Amino acid sequence: MGENSTLVNVVGLEKRFPVSAGVFGRLRGHIHAVDEISFEIPSGRSLGLVGESGCGKTTTGKLLARLLDPTDGHIYLNDEELGKIDLAEIRGQELKTFRRRVQIIFQDPYESLNPRRTIYDTVEEPLRVQGIGGMAEREARVVKLLELVGLTPASSFLFRFPHELSGGQRQRVAIARALVVNPVFVIADEPTSMLDVSIRIGVMQLMTELAERLNVSYLYITHDLAVARYMCQEIAVMYLGKIVEQGETEEMIRHPQHPYTRALFSAVPVPNPRRNRIAIEIKGGVPTPIDPPQRCRFYDRCLSGDDFCLNNDHPPLDDKGAGHRVACYKV
Amino acid sequence: MKDKNILSVQNLTMHYRTRKGDVSAVDDVSFDLARGQSLGLVGESGCGKTSIAFSLLRLLPENAQLLSGNVYLDGCDVLALDEKEVRKIRWRGISMVFQAAMNALDPVYRVGDQIIEALQTHFRGLSEAEARERVRELFPLVGLDPGLMDRYPHEFSGGMRQRAIIAMALSCEPRVIIADEPTTALDVIVQDRILGELRAIQQKMDMSMIYITHDIAVIAEVSDRIGVMYAGRMAELASAVDVFEKPLHPYTHALMNAFPSIEGEKQELKALPGEPPDLLSPPSGCRFHPRCSRTIEKCMGLQPPFEEMGAGHFVACWNPLEVGNG
Repeated sequence: MGENSTLVNVVGLEKRFPVSAGVFGRLRGHIHAVDEISFEIPSGRSLGLVGESGCGKTTTGKLLARLLDPTDGHIYLNDEELGKIDLAEIRGQELKTFRRRVQIIFQDPYESLNPRRTIYDTVEEPLRVQGIGGMAEREARVVKLLELVGLTPASSFLFRFPHELSGGQRQRVAIARALVVNPVFVIADEPTSMLDVSIRIGVMQLMTELAERLNVSYLYITHDLAVARYMCQEIAVMYLGKIVEQGETEEMIRHPQHPYTRALFSAVPVPNPRRNRIAIEIKGGVPTPIDPPQRCRFYDRCLSGDDFCLNNDHPPLDDKGAGHRVACYKV
Repeated sequence: MKDKNILSVQNLTMHYRTRKGDVSAVDDVSFDLARGQSLGLVGESGCGKTSIAFSLLRLLPENAQLLSGNVYLDGCDVLALDEKEVRKIRWRGISMVFQAAMNALDPVYRVGDQIIEALQTHFRGLSEAEARERVRELFPLVGLDPGLMDRYPHEFSGGMRQRAIIAMALSCEPRVIIADEPTTALDVIVQDRILGELRAIQQKMDMSMIYITHDIAVIAEVSDRIGVMYAGRMAELASAVDVFEKPLHPYTHALMNAFPSIEGEKQELKALPGEPPDLLSPPSGCRFHPRCSRTIEKCMGLQPPFEEMGAGHFVACWNPLEVGNG
C-alpha cells in the first residue's frame, strides 16, 4: 500500500451514554462522550489524540477497537487483507477476524496482564484464539516477538509471571501481545504514562521503531503533549467530545490556532528553569457534556467568542491551509 | 541571630523492615532549606523522596527504622522529640500536601468546617468566628470563592479539592510546606493554575517549600534549588539553573536527555539502559554504577561522598561530568 493511502477513515463517529437519576432511574439526558468526529489516518503514520480527562479520547479509542459500540457513524479500515470494511457495522465472526488487524494497548501494565498466566501464555493467546499456526510455529512467533520488544533472551522470560517483571518489562509484554497477530493498526491508550522517566523513553523508542519496521499505525491517546510530539506525525486535540484542531505535529506545536489548543499548549510546563512561560488564560473549568447546547462547545470558556459564536452551531473542522484544520469561527 | 536555614537534614538514613529483609529506602541524605526558598526533590518511584518527607514529619509506618541522622527545624531536632511534641510541629512547623490529597477530605463534613477543625486543634482558644474569618481569608489565596466554604467535598471538582487541601496546609501558617506530587492527578490547565498560586503564596508569605515530584518540567518551574535522588541517595543538589545547564552527575545528565518537551526544536531523546535497582540488595559502591556510562573501577566498590564541587553545587560521583559538558 502506498505512503499516502488512508488506513483508517472515521466519519461522523458518535457515542452517547444515557444518564439516569432518582430511584426510578428516570432518563436525565445523554453524555455526548464522542460527538460526531471525523478524521483520517494515512497508512504507516500515527495520530496523537490529546486532551484533558473527560474529553472523549479514551472513548474514541474504545470505539475504534470496538470495545464499545458506536451510537452512530462509520469507521472505515482499508486493509490489504480484509479489504475496505466499516468497523462500526461488523458483528460476530467478522469482529474476530478484525481483531487480527486492530489491537489495543492499555495504560496500566499492572492491570492489563492476567497475573496467573505466564508470559508465554499471555503473548501466545491471541494466536491461539485466531487459530494462527501450529504449536511450534506459534512458539517461534512468541519468541521472535519477545526478542523484538527487547525481552532477551526470550527463553528467560517465557515461563515467568507478570509479578516477576518490572513495569517497563510488563508494558513490553503488552506490546508483544498486541503485535503478535501482525496488526496494521494499534490503539495505544497512555501506554507510557505509568512508567518512570528513565524507562519511558525506551518504551517510546521501541514503539516508534516497531511501527516503522512492521508498518503499523498508532492512534496514540495521551494527555501529555510532549510525548505525543515524539510519537506521532499528526496531533488532534479533543475538547468535550469534539476534535477542535488537527494538523501536522510540529506545525501544531509551533502555531496552535484554536483558543483552547493555545491555552492547553501554553499551560504545559517546560523543563527549562530560565524560561518564564506565560500561560494563555481561559475561563472556568471543563463542563460536563450532558446534552450540551448546539453552539461551539468551547464558547463558555472562550475569551474571543462573540454573538456569532453564540447563535450558530458548533463550527466545522475547516482546513485553514496546509492540512491544518481548526473548528473555530474566529481563526 | 536567626540561622539562614529553616530546615537542615543531615545524614538521614532510613530502612523499611520487610519479610524479605531491609529495604534501604533513604541512605545518608543531607540537604538544607533556606528561609523563603523552594527546594525540588526529583527522582523516579522508589528513589526515597516521599520517605524523606514522611521522616521529616515523623509520619513513618511501623516497619520504618530511622537508623541515623538529624533533622533540624529552626534549630530544633525533630527526630529527638516525643510524640506529643511532634504533634505540635506538624501543621504549625511543617505541613504537607499529599499526593492525591484531594481524596483526603471527609465527604460528610463541609469543606470549610474541616479547615476550621484543623485550626481550632492547633490554636486553642481560637473562636469559631475567628477561625471562619481565617478560612474566608485563605480561600481567595488558593483561588477559591469564600462562598464555597459551606459546600461539601462532592460539590468540588478535583482541582478545587486540591486547592482546599492547600488552604488547609496553609491555615496554621507553617514554617515549611512539603508538597508531594501536588498536581500529578490534575489536568494540565488546572495544574498550571495551582502551581502559579503556590508560587505566588510562597513569595507573598515568604514561605519555605519542598516540592516532591517525578516531573522534571514541573520541578524546573517551581524550584530555586533541585535535589536529584536516585535509589535512596542524593545524587546531585544545586541551583535549578545549574542542575539543568551544568549537571555534574551522569544520572542527572541522563534524566535531562530523557525528558520530552514541547519547547524549542525537537531534541533526540536518549533512553537509559537498565532499570532502577531493588533496594533490598542495592548495588555496591555507587548505586547508579550498573547503568552509568562513566563507570570506573572505583565506582563499583566505594560509595562516592556527597561533596561540594562548586559554590552550592553538591554531587556524589567519582567520575563527574566536566563543567560545560552538560
